[in-house]
Amino acid sequence: MLSKFRYRFLNFWTISTLILLLFFVIALVYPLGSLFLNSFKDTDGGLSLSNYITFFTKKYYYTALSHSLFIGVVSTVISTAVGVALAYVVHRYNIVMKGPLKILFIICLMSPPFIGAYSWILLLGRNGFLTGLLAKIGIAVPTIYGKTGIILVFSLSLSCYVFRYVTAALKGIDSSLEEAAESLGASKARRLFTISLPVIFPAISSVMVIVFMRSLADFGTPLLIGEGYKTMPVLIYNAYLSEMGGDARMAGAVSVVTVLISLGILLLQKAYIARRNYKMSGLRPPKEVRLPSIKRWLLSIPCWIWVFIALLPQITVVVSSFIKTKGPVFIGGFTFDNYKTAFEHCGSSILHSFLYSTVALVFIVIFGIVTAYISVRRRKQGGTLLDTLVMFPYVIPGAVIGICYIIAFNHRPILICGTSIVIVLAYVIRKLPNTVRSSVGVLESIDPSLEEASISLGVPPMKTFFVITARLMLSGVAAGAVLSWIACMNELSSTLLLYSSSTMTLPIAVYTYVSRGNYGVAAALGTIMTVSILAALCLVARMTRKTGGII
Amino acid sequence: MSYEVSIKNVVKCYGDFRAVNGVSLEIEKGEFFTLLGPSGCGKTTLLRMIAGFNKIDAGEIYFADRLINNIAANKRDIGMVFQNYAVFPHMTVSDNVAYGLKARKISRQERAPRVMQALELVQIGDLKDRMPDALSGGQQQRVALARAFVIEPGILLMDEPLSNLDAKLRVQMRSMIKKLQTKLGITTIYVTHDQEEALAISDRIAVMKDGKVKQVGRPEEIYTKPQNLFVANFIGNTNQLKGAIKSVEKGNVGILQLDGGAEVSVPLREAYTGDVIAAIRPEHFYFGEHGMPGQIQMATFLGDFVLYEVKLKNGQVIQVNEYQHVRQIRSAGTSVQVCFQESMISVYKNAEEVISC
Repeated sequence: MLSKFRYRFLNFWTISTLILLLFFVIALVYPLGSLFLNSFKDTDGGLSLSNYITFFTKKYYYTALSHSLFIGVVSTVISTAVGVALAYVVHRYNIVMKGPLKILFIICLMSPPFIGAYSWILLLGRNGFLTGLLAKIGIAVPTIYGKTGIILVFSLSLSCYVFRYVTAALKGIDSSLEEAAESLGASKARRLFTISLPVIFPAISSVMVIVFMRSLADFGTPLLIGEGYKTMPVLIYNAYLSEMGGDARMAGAVSVVTVLISLGILLLQKAYIARRNYKMSGLRPPKEVRLPSIKRWLLSIPCWIWVFIALLPQITVVVSSFIKTKGPVFIGGFTFDNYKTAFEHCGSSILHSFLYSTVALVFIVIFGIVTAYISVRRRKQGGTLLDTLVMFPYVIPGAVIGICYIIAFNHRPILICGTSIVIVLAYVIRKLPNTVRSSVGVLESIDPSLEEASISLGVPPMKTFFVITARLMLSGVAAGAVLSWIACMNELSSTLLLYSSSTMTLPIAVYTYVSRGNYGVAAALGTIMTVSILAALCLVARMTRKTGGII
Repeated sequence: MSYEVSIKNVVKCYGDFRAVNGVSLEIEKGEFFTLLGPSGCGKTTLLRMIAGFNKIDAGEIYFADRLINNIAANKRDIGMVFQNYAVFPHMTVSDNVAYGLKARKISRQERAPRVMQALELVQIGDLKDRMPDALSGGQQQRVALARAFVIEPGILLMDEPLSNLDAKLRVQMRSMIKKLQTKLGITTIYVTHDQEEALAISDRIAVMKDGKVKQVGRPEEIYTKPQNLFVANFIGNTNQLKGAIKSVEKGNVGILQLDGGAEVSVPLREAYTGDVIAAIRPEHFYFGEHGMPGQIQMATFLGDFVLYEVKLKNGQVIQVNEYQHVRQIRSAGTSVQVCFQESMISVYKNAEEVISC
């Protein structure tokens, strides 16, 4: 009887499923639940809708909502239009120096937007290099503070995201589709708008949702460049600061509204593409069109200009890190002082970022592979539930994760606020969805009979998983995991709420120095971040060279 | 040490659907036993229940006298060969074959010669250091085969191992599998939908349909004495002719009158008169005198025989294979008399019940 019970219920996978479910209950369901409940409490602790009523009646709150939506929509439209056009042109035509161009797009994509915000202040802000330069020749630059700056930063950074995603989708089109259209007498333009773009529209719509949610959730950019123009994440942060020591009731209500918007957009898009999942073989991808030199340069130059503008913040940060400064003013002359100060004062932040990101990475890889396995191979035994739970943080802005961890983990039974554990936990929860998705992709290409072959040869299921399945998944998952590591290195929105003086990370240090007006040191720290990210990217490029994965 | 396998009334349900619906089989020690049937008949499901990859919802399976219902797949002492080879892509050929031996904690000194011997048995000794992606499909299946039998399992299970290979290679591999199995004497359960393969390779065959066993027997029994119309149609080709048994003579010999216009005496299992269906294979017809009159509608030249479609006078079209005079093809429109070998006829009361001996 006992052996029967063990055979049916007590195996490695049921135990893993239970452990993971427990993890998600503690790290996700419980904090989000607390946040949700808190948002319905009034100042006396009684249940009421007062926070929501305040939200929708006080101008201070509801304008932030309209700001967020406005910025989200405009940034999404601009970045999608530009990203799709660039992806199509670069994919189809013999653009000059295509390889390096694609790499530069990836580099833009991997740089945190708030670095962009800070650099645009350096360039076009009140004391910016370019502002001064242009003023001398009599051109007055319109202010980049407020919505203009936010939209500028988002559009540049997110168009790189769209570019990468759409490029992947374009690779899936089989040239026979376009040839069929051509044989039926469709012109080139007609073919593009009736065949090529519609068949990848499901992919475009997914990336639009991602882009929208990112612009809705990003925290660093509006905080730095927005000034008076408040968006939802900024509101959450301010509400929390003003409620210091309280229950973060108002911050909770704002968070709930933000999550509901993200979730609504995601569900709408899912419903839209549910009936539009085009299966394409992509056996014979279209050949690159070789344009004559004039046309070739006419198409190449705009691509390079856009990438250059998108990369300008990175260049600015690196260059200005070597310039002597006095507070917010660059006084000219080459120096290493900024780096000296950076390492002296922020050495521990640099170390923390590497340490926390790497520890989080280990958990992300292990949890990612196991979760992917359970959600693919054990759908009925908890797989579907786990899959839903793991994808949920996808719609939750980092600031919301920050707030709800503060509410949930600042008292017994789980008192971990202010420790490094809570930061690593935020990293893991926030970055896990991507790794799970890429692991699921890899796992679906591994035939289940490989595992069965191993089991039939006498190797127990758990050992089979480690020797065969996980081993085969690792190479595919590793590249994605390095991207998660980069995302952890960049993370600001949740950690800005969760850090304490002993757990400061690199992005927080950058943010702190920028807000104190110490631009030189901030630039040095930003450069250190960029260099680490670039190094990690090179690693990914090496790992995926065979498969042509990320680039 | 090979086992006999005893399957008692096993059932596998997917919701309301019974993929395997009360199958009972006794498989002898050292026997080459085939589960044959069209796709969706439950043969692979049954094999996977024996392997331990599908739970047994009801009934029992014994290896020798060991009840294996609740024994995990890795403890059942089986070897399995899969349709898509399932060769581990990250291991060399010899590491693949050594995999099961390592799991059995067999020492390195003993492992190497056994791996080599297994590879030589499947004639790929020279490929031992290759990676699987440098092998053809046929070579990969040889690796999978060597990997499965090198551990000397009590039972060898094969799930359509040849279906991904091309026709020539399939015939080569199946004779290799058969020779190997005879030599090693491992009880083997083989799943296929290819009736020719099943006839060629098996000691005994179980024909399955809709989760049930329709007939179990030696290949020649299955072919010559199909117990129901499904088996008669699924194994080889057959013509179904309507008719009636008019009377029964001494010794249960029925007088069968075919609608096409022939009368023959058939030994019956029991006295029976009434409408019946007779099954006659195309190769058991021949053109002669005093047969069923008919007219040739189409002739198809197939190399070693000619397939004729003949319209009988009741309007039914039957298939007749003629192996002689292949060079002189009878043209469409020719009137013929169709005769048949009377001992090769099977007679059925209905789709399920045979009445002839």
